Amino acid sequence: MDMKVKQKKLNKKEKYTVQTRDLGWEPTYQSKDKIFPYVEYEGIKIHDWDKWEDPFRLSMDSYWKYQAEKERKYYAILDSFAQTNGHLNLTSARYLSAIKIFQQAITPGEYAAHKGFARAGREFPGAGTQVACQMQSIDEIRHAQTQVHGVSNYNKYYNGFHDFTQQRDRIWYTSLARSFFDDATSAGPFEFMIAIGFSFEYVLTNLLFVPFMSGAAYNGDIASVTFGFSAQSDEARHMTLGLECIKFMLEQDPDNLPIVQGWIDKWFWRGIRLLSLVGSMMDYMLPKKVMSWKEAWQIYGVENGGALFNDLARYGIRPPKGWEDADKAMDHVSHQLMLGLHQWNFGTSFHTDVPTEEEMDWLSAKYPDTFDKYYRPRWNFMKEQAEKGKPFKNMGLPKLCQVCQSPGLYTEPDDPTMLCHRETVFENEKYQFCSDHCMDIFNNEPEKYVQAYLPMNQLFQAPLYGDLNAWMDWVSLRDGVDNGDYELSEDKKNFDKWRNDVKSNSVD
Amino acid sequence: MSTVFIALQANEETRPIIEAIQIDNPKAIVNIEPAMVKIDAENFLIIKRETIEEQIGREYDLEELQINLISLSGNVNEDEDTLTLSWNN
Repeated sequence: MDMKVKQKKLNKKEKYTVQTRDLGWEPTYQSKDKIFPYVEYEGIKIHDWDKWEDPFRLSMDSYWKYQAEKERKYYAILDSFAQTNGHLNLTSARYLSAIKIFQQAITPGEYAAHKGFARAGREFPGAGTQVACQMQSIDEIRHAQTQVHGVSNYNKYYNGFHDFTQQRDRIWYTSLARSFFDDATSAGPFEFMIAIGFSFEYVLTNLLFVPFMSGAAYNGDIASVTFGFSAQSDEARHMTLGLECIKFMLEQDPDNLPIVQGWIDKWFWRGIRLLSLVGSMMDYMLPKKVMSWKEAWQIYGVENGGALFNDLARYGIRPPKGWEDADKAMDHVSHQLMLGLHQWNFGTSFHTDVPTEEEMDWLSAKYPDTFDKYYRPRWNFMKEQAEKGKPFKNMGLPKLCQVCQSPGLYTEPDDPTMLCHRETVFENEKYQFCSDHCMDIFNNEPEKYVQAYLPMNQLFQAPLYGDLNAWMDWVSLRDGVDNGDYELSEDKKNFDKWRNDVKSNSVD
Repeated sequence: MSTVFIALQANEETRPIIEAIQIDNPKAIVNIEPAMVKIDAENFLIIKRETIEEQIGREYDLEELQINLISLSGNVNEDEDTLTLSWNN
């Protein structure tokens, strides 16, 4: 009988090797130093790039196959969202403040990460690392695009979504994210990997996406649940790349340890400062709340980060220097930042409100040691002032941290009644900071951070000369439309009317 | 002891996968959350292709997990038969 011998299929390890390692070759026209000029100046020593391996062993053909499947799923749901008036199924249009911040601050960060990984993939000599960076670069641009597509359905009906690309660079609260990614993408390739691949993806991304998607699911926002899930399905791979890269650096040479530890200290602190925005979104902006920011930190920060740093202890890595201060601050940051956002809400491309009594009771239950003592009285004061027709608006411009670019509104780690403020002088110029950790980051590389672009300072410069209306034009903010209290907004008026129309057949 | 976890979207595709994970990791804790299922285990979790195939009644490639994966923690190791998550402590 004529039997066809079936050719042996490559197993996964062999396939991965063939499709990654074999893409690398020894250059002959140019020296390796000239082809990879940025791989040594940071001081990281790598002896054998082939030791780096993707633990998922995902090859490029599988990558395209599964990404295409994810896109098909995503756009099918998005179409259905648009076809069934998904924009009316929210718990309240107030919820959209969280999505507006997300689009203005985080989506451009995805795009920055795309550029960063494209560059890292070019600058690392190892073929395995190049392939993984290439996949992540394509993932990140996909995230930026799917997020913009998802949110575009809301832009047809609600205010504040219209100019996120400009606002990313010009409005103040987006600077937290923009300066973070500016800092990472202007660092060397290894520091970039620790910044985004390890600190952001591994240590912090769960804090951003997981509660955010649950919040979207609870508040009827199918569009964001879907883009959140679609993006997050890539995150497991990103987290794994970040963790593998850090283990790889630590295994290659003992001299790498102090450099890597310094970057972990720096990027954990920068990341946790940036995520204060997510804390305020979770504790205040979701009409139907999921879990408090502090609870999310317990699960995804303390529990998960604790396990991670225990695991890395075998290399001599200790938890980030700012960990303890970050932990102490969890009882305070979301409240302090939200009070800031509310009193400056004439300058935000989203709406804010004093929380309702019911919400304050929820906050009090979630933050039993701090909310009633420090924050409820301040919200009550805001409420009284608004009822008297004199809403409290802070027309002053706070000092901005030169590193994380937060307004100086956070308190001392051990005294929640004292603003934390640090100052240093470098080459006869004064610089301000929100914390010891941000000042340490500056002092380590002052030449870098003196160049930081702080858009809020433009208010005093030509051609604005302190004119708030001219500033609003400059940041594409339509006064009385995009900004201010939700209760008084066009978004609320429209949402209430449209919701009512859904249930009736009246002819206007 | 440290916890490893895997979080999957809650949908028709993942239901039998979650059942397979429970069969292979009887001590794992399954947390049902909005739109997602998070499975926690002490130090080690294993996902076996064969068990999933028994649950769904067709051939399965572990890479298909990528589509419905939300997050995980622990050191990952995947080959054609298993995906494991572990902490070395």
